[in-house]
Amino acid sequence: MGKNPFIIEVNHVFKQFEDGKFALNDVSLQVKKGEFVTILGPSGCGKTTLLRCIAGFQVASSGDILLKGEDVTKTPPYKRPVNTVFQKYALFPHLNVFNNVAFGLKLKKEDPETIKKKVRKALKMANMTGYEERKVDTLSGGQQQRVAIARAIVNEPEVLLLDEPLSALDLKMRHDMQIELKELHEKLGITFIYVTHDQEEALTLSDRVVVMNEGKIQQIGTPTDIYNEPQNCFVADFIGESNILSGTMIKDKKVEFCGQEFDCIDTGFGENNPVDVVIRPEDIYIWKVESQKSKDRPADSKTADADRAQTDSQNIEDDPEDRVPKGKFTKWYGEVQSCIFKGVHYEMRVLTKDGYEFLIQDYHEYLPGTEVGMLVRPEDIQIMKKEHYIYNYFEGEVLKNGKVRFIGAEWEVLPKQIEGLEPGEKVQVKVPFRSIDLQDYEEEGKLSGEVHFILYKGNHYHLTIRTDEGYDLYVNTHDVWDDGDRVGVVIPKDKILIDKLVD
Amino acid sequence: MNKILQIASSRRTWAWPYILFMLLFVVLPLILVGVYAFTDIDGHFTVRNFAKFFSHSEAIQTFLYSVMIAVFNTAICLLIGYPAAYIMAQEDFKTPKVMAMLFILPMWINFLLRTVATVELFNMLGLPLGEGALLFGLCYDYLPFMIYPIYNTLQKMDNSLVEAAQDLGANRWQSFWKVIVPLSMPGVYSGIVMVFMPTVSTFAIAELLTHNNIKLFGSLIQDYITTTDLLNYGAVLSLVLLIIIALTSFFGDNNDDGEKGGMI
Repeated sequence: MGKNPFIIEVNHVFKQFEDGKFALNDVSLQVKKGEFVTILGPSGCGKTTLLRCIAGFQVASSGDILLKGEDVTKTPPYKRPVNTVFQKYALFPHLNVFNNVAFGLKLKKEDPETIKKKVRKALKMANMTGYEERKVDTLSGGQQQRVAIARAIVNEPEVLLLDEPLSALDLKMRHDMQIELKELHEKLGITFIYVTHDQEEALTLSDRVVVMNEGKIQQIGTPTDIYNEPQNCFVADFIGESNILSGTMIKDKKVEFCGQEFDCIDTGFGENNPVDVVIRPEDIYIWKVESQKSKDRPADSKTADADRAQTDSQNIEDDPEDRVPKGKFTKWYGEVQSCIFKGVHYEMRVLTKDGYEFLIQDYHEYLPGTEVGMLVRPEDIQIMKKEHYIYNYFEGEVLKNGKVRFIGAEWEVLPKQIEGLEPGEKVQVKVPFRSIDLQDYEEEGKLSGEVHFILYKGNHYHLTIRTDEGYDLYVNTHDVWDDGDRVGVVIPKDKILIDKLVD
Repeated sequence: MNKILQIASSRRTWAWPYILFMLLFVVLPLILVGVYAFTDIDGHFTVRNFAKFFSHSEAIQTFLYSVMIAVFNTAICLLIGYPAAYIMAQEDFKTPKVMAMLFILPMWINFLLRTVATVELFNMLGLPLGEGALLFGLCYDYLPFMIYPIYNTLQKMDNSLVEAAQDLGANRWQSFWKVIVPLSMPGVYSGIVMVFMPTVSTFAIAELLTHNNIKLFGSLIQDYITTTDLLNYGAVLSLVLLIIIALTSFFGDNNDDGEKGGMI
């Protein structure tokens, strides 16, 4: 066992609730001794369930959990060498601070002098010396949190589990506690598993971040990895602000998006393959270009493009500090739509002529209406494989009445689509993302569902619609929807493509 | 006109009917009991009635017996009621409402009818009436008053407290005794007060379920009060009982935080 570098191993854990939903869907995770690992995700992503499985409050439906190489999947919580700091503190209201902290030690029947010493030490670590005799309900939120931490670490656990411990505190207090937690981790040298939905907290505190969504691990990596090299749209969208665009990987180190070719540093995506491109708002350089120029430009846009390419190097005119890198970078142009002061930087929305919108953060202010040029360094362009592309694919069945049944409804299709197919035959149904219409009123659609995930792709929204029957549909639209909006789904019959299943 | 409206709309005005009600039906009777206890049959002031009680061994014995019966009944109700409330309050217990309903259902019927029915049940089964039947009847009548406040506190208890105890190394048994029981004490005190007090002063149940063979303190008071020339003595007994009840409820209140739940 001594050789095993992992203190916690989670192997292919599933957790299915009574309603059939998977809170954990094949989760695997290894944590090294002394690591500070954060499990990050939106509410309902399964992060708390994972923590509770490690703590022993919930038992995995399948898969196993090892602590120090020992299988504890079904071990009750009181026999595990872990302690938890609960979200709402869970201090015992009938005991004072001292007895709350001493609770675990008293159960172990340690002698009173040792208990006193240890409790005092733990309270000191949590900066709560002098509060021993106080009733817990007379303490402030931050103080209660400190007592909860003291109560957990006094038992000298090998792993400390923290379930959104700072979520109930105000912003200022949260920042102070983050620093204290980080220091505590260094002092104690034990493993911390920290659950949060706050990405800033995760990036600040952890050695490694585990991003979860819908019961699955999306990405595991250091905070910089997660931020700079998100592996999918969910991570890119969830961690920080980002511009996510559809593009095409022309070849290694060459990607096309917004109608232009860019150099990048990513390889291994093949040639002419669809990809998603992520650019962080702070990675885009922005400068003012002379608006006079566009007026002087000939009306013929083709020649204008050629003209622009030649004059690019001259039109960086408001760059006194030499901020914008010089060199052979692809530049593109647009007009500032809005500009908001965010404390340290300005956040601007810039719209290009082709209708792509970019979110840009810069220390300089460019007022709405300003024509600006933009560029991004090749290493700041992050390429991700597209998870799905152009078409929704469903399994369907041809019906006697000439309709086709898929995703829980009967749909009319063009007769030529089912030519030569027998009723009862299984088929593959293809529906383009942009051909699905969403209606405000659920009744107007054949199916009803909910907007489940929204991704802004610069010039359109890519939505995931989860139907009431539990199917996911991908929809590209220019309309603005909100998370959780109820919609009716309409698919025009001429947009449904049927392929014979070949097996 | 405005003034009238102002008076009518002030909140204090709305308390008047209740104050009147309480004066008539709570304060006045209390004063009357006190007056009767300190006067003789002709209306002259006397403390002889009290002297009589303290030398009246039968009355004192009946009193102690009643208290004993009440203590037993409270203990039995607690022993049965706590586990029942605990089971009902468990998260994975599917039908707490049905269960609570079943416990409370008998209370829809007047307790005298219930008691008469209990007598018939004992007769039918050929069981003797007496002390056992009395305890059974009392328990049957007062059990819901024990279960309900305990269930209330247990149900409101934050389950993460139990998890915290287990997390800190307490097995189920330890987390029960060190966390659940102390935190449910307000409910337990409420239950005890609500069962103990009415049991001490009960009389009808004792009469019916023991064929009037066992006299409780309540029966004694009833006997004296309905006998015209002993009314004043009966008032003394009532007063003694009242003081005892006041003391027990004071003891109960002292331990009840009030905020933590319970029924009263």
